[in-house]
Amino acid sequence: MCDEGVGGAFCRLERFFDGLLFDGFLPESLDWLAYALAGFVLAATIVNLLLMVTAGYTWFERRALGRFQARLGPNRWGPFGMFQPIADGIKLASKEDLVPDGADRPVFNVAPIALMAPAILVVALIPFEEESFLGSLNIGILFIIGVTSVNTIAIFMGGWASRNKYAMFGAMRAVAMLISYEVPMALAITGVLLVAGSMSLSGMAASQAVPFLLVQPLGFLVFLAAASAEMSRTPFDQIEAESELGSGYHTEYSGMKFAVFQLAEFMAPIITALIVATLYLGGARGYGPIPGQLWFVVMVAIVIFVLLWFRATWPRLRIDQIMSFAWKGLFLLAIVNLFLVAAEVFVLQDSETGELSTESLWIMAAINWVVTVASVVIVANVLGQRHIQRLEPVASPLANMHAEAD
Amino acid sequence: MYGFGLLKGLAVTMKNMALPGRMFTTHQYPSRSIGILGLAKMSGTNVVSFAFAEPKQAAKALVGLATVEDRFEQHPRFRGQEFAWYEERCTGCASCAKYCPLGIIRIVTHPGGAEMQEGEKYAIDVFDIDIGRCMFCGLCVEACPYDAIHMGSGFEEGTYDRAELVLDIDHLRDAPKRPSTWFRPQLEGKSYRPADGKDATWRDVGRHEHPTQEEQGKRWAER
Repeated sequence: MCDEGVGGAFCRLERFFDGLLFDGFLPESLDWLAYALAGFVLAATIVNLLLMVTAGYTWFERRALGRFQARLGPNRWGPFGMFQPIADGIKLASKEDLVPDGADRPVFNVAPIALMAPAILVVALIPFEEESFLGSLNIGILFIIGVTSVNTIAIFMGGWASRNKYAMFGAMRAVAMLISYEVPMALAITGVLLVAGSMSLSGMAASQAVPFLLVQPLGFLVFLAAASAEMSRTPFDQIEAESELGSGYHTEYSGMKFAVFQLAEFMAPIITALIVATLYLGGARGYGPIPGQLWFVVMVAIVIFVLLWFRATWPRLRIDQIMSFAWKGLFLLAIVNLFLVAAEVFVLQDSETGELSTESLWIMAAINWVVTVASVVIVANVLGQRHIQRLEPVASPLANMHAEAD
Repeated sequence: MYGFGLLKGLAVTMKNMALPGRMFTTHQYPSRSIGILGLAKMSGTNVVSFAFAEPKQAAKALVGLATVEDRFEQHPRFRGQEFAWYEERCTGCASCAKYCPLGIIRIVTHPGGAEMQEGEKYAIDVFDIDIGRCMFCGLCVEACPYDAIHMGSGFEEGTYDRAELVLDIDHLRDAPKRPSTWFRPQLEGKSYRPADGKDATWRDVGRHEHPTQEEQGKRWAER
């Protein structure tokens, strides 16, 4: 239960319900009722807001993608096509809900929910003010890493249960890719942990006297690349690869289940932007005269836009290019970043309290930018060499079995 | 260096996104949605007076449901559906039916009609063209001695039933007379364009003069 005068929105709401219910007619032993009521109201608000924002975002994404690619995008319903999400919703809700013959029914039905749930769970921890609205966990970032990994199994469930080989291909690729990109992502987050000295998201946001984008640009780049791979959109959309696999793991889905998959997919950039803004851009901390929440919203919007820009521009990578980018490129850079930051923290931290002053953050920023540019150039040049990239194709002994012998 | 291509690509798409004079490759048809500003501009007034003059249309435009017809303009020599058939010119000789490589034109005639005494025209009972099988070669147009039939300029004439694709004589009579200038490029010289939506008269499209009955009578008298 919340103490007097502390806590975030949840505690304020609980005190409000407490005052409403127990100032008079309900006994003190029903205290949990206010707690439950506050939690329920707040959770329902956040989830529904998130869903609505996502629906609006689908319109924005498709429209902006159209502009990026010299197309129009949806423009038939409403001003600038703004009612398109509603039209999509009506269409998908009225479609027949098909389950393929021979599908693993329970798994097939659970998969969309399993993909949607982690995205919503993450939002519970994002500090929209000094504290998170719902759960201010002191191991928030661990929770996020753990929960977002559930994506992989949800996608695999969908692909496996569909009993469709293309869905299965997509799911296999998803597992290979998503698990690979977890590694550099976790390593990049470790760099933030070291500097912030805290595992709770609110602690991380609060410790950014200098935004961590400036303090560790290498970690930011690695995290952004890994996170955009985790979203599994172009350039990392081997999972759905429309030109190769139908539409990957959700080939067999239709109706509302497909809608939930789509929604989870469109929610991913929002969630990613929330995490990036919290970890690297100061969160809802606010700098100088700028109010924290305004700063947060603007930063989230910018990150979403940048992710959209990536999606609009770069073509799909081959699966071997994706894997080598993760293991040869990002993994290396993440390790460099981790060791560098660790060494700097060890040298620069206050010997008694273990805290980093703003000056030492700036010193770190100066060193890290130099190292970032140097290491990115080196890694790019090493990886970019043609003879490393292009392996000689080896013909299968079966490929030519009907050809005449020389 | 490895990676510069990525940045170049980002610059290209950003230019497309941010610059106002970017190129659209999409053309909307058969109608495009239009805002209230565009509607007011089309009707030649300002927004306020347009909103008072046509409140319903203005409200529709505000929620983005107003559309205007906007078809992609085809080249004037485009050979399309909606054959332009000129009954005044047609004698019912059925040359087109004979020349059609697919045999999709069916003509039934009987002696009669105003010019029967001339002996140069039949009354036409049936004139069917099955454009569901037409390949738009235009041989019927070339075969016609009287320039009575022309390829049309219409498109987007899809139907839900193959049977509706058979143009009968009533359809041919009522169809807009907008011949493609493919067979008569001279039409372009008279600043005729099918996309303008104006019909070409039977006098415009042929190479032969077609005298009226009085003129014909005069000619007979002279002979």
